Amino acid sequence: MRRLLIWAPLALFALIFGLVAAGLIKPADRTIRSGMIGKPLPELAMKPLLPGRPGIATADFATGKPRLLNVFASWCIPCIAEAPQLLKLKQAGLEIDAIAIRDTPDAVRAFLARNGDPYARIGDDPTGKAQIALGSSGVPETFLINGRGEIVDQHIGDIRADDIPAILRKLEAAK
Amino acid sequence: MRLAAFLLALLLAAPAAADSNRPPAALAYTQLPDAAQEARARALMETLRCLVCQGQSIADSDAEMAGDMRALVRERIARGEQPAAIRGYLIQRYGDYVTYDPPFSWVTAPLWMAPVLLLVIGLLLARRLFRRRGA
Repeated sequence: MRRLLIWAPLALFALIFGLVAAGLIKPADRTIRSGMIGKPLPELAMKPLLPGRPGIATADFATGKPRLLNVFASWCIPCIAEAPQLLKLKQAGLEIDAIAIRDTPDAVRAFLARNGDPYARIGDDPTGKAQIALGSSGVPETFLINGRGEIVDQHIGDIRADDIPAILRKLEAAK
Repeated sequence: MRLAAFLLALLLAAPAAADSNRPPAALAYTQLPDAAQEARARALMETLRCLVCQGQSIADSDAEMAGDMRALVRERIARGEQPAAIRGYLIQRYGDYVTYDPPFSWVTAPLWMAPVLLLVIGLLLARRLFRRRGA
């Protein structure tokens, strides 16, 4: 018993060393996924941000056709990188709506003129209420909504070219 | 001269701030007029995690999203909502990670039970030692 016990401190050291090393080599994932995935879209009622383009209401989504709901802002730098990919998704036949977080009409107009305009509707979210209702914690994020108005999935961060097939596949599967 | 120009350029350089150009929400930096309500909101805000700076509470953080969350908490408290309901609303959206007061579940059981367990072990150990000495 004594003989075995003498190794206990070393074993404890090895355990703690392993734990710390594992944390260093593979840090914990700190992206916060929305708890609303798989649930119906929460109650949203956003005024239009730009004149002549509708705002966003929950009833707009249960139309039988899948849609994307893009959480973006003109002050968000990765959103610029994402813009061409959204245009590609629009060309693929998807309808894309947007929630503009803490934004102004002038800034959004300039952003869309410079980076392309894929949006069918743009809702104004001046104090992040809609963002919190969706369980989104940053920009850009994109919610995949099926034809029954349920959130199928959430893409966190900017959509890259190689994310597009997966997004189209998931929406196809969720029909 | 070159150095001065460089320093001047540094002073004038605008930081690439990922912040919006809108003013913060009305209740982000303004207390509620009712002191009792504000105290309740404050207590709740101190136990909610800022999702942008992740190590701070929304009461401590200056991130824009923390301001939005403070405004949400104050508005709902002013409307008469219970703090537990507001915490539940946020947990439903962001998971247990958003609260610093984690609810009891199988995952958090060790966290809640460990102190009790250690205390019991300590008491048993002390009792055994004192008994031996008394005998």
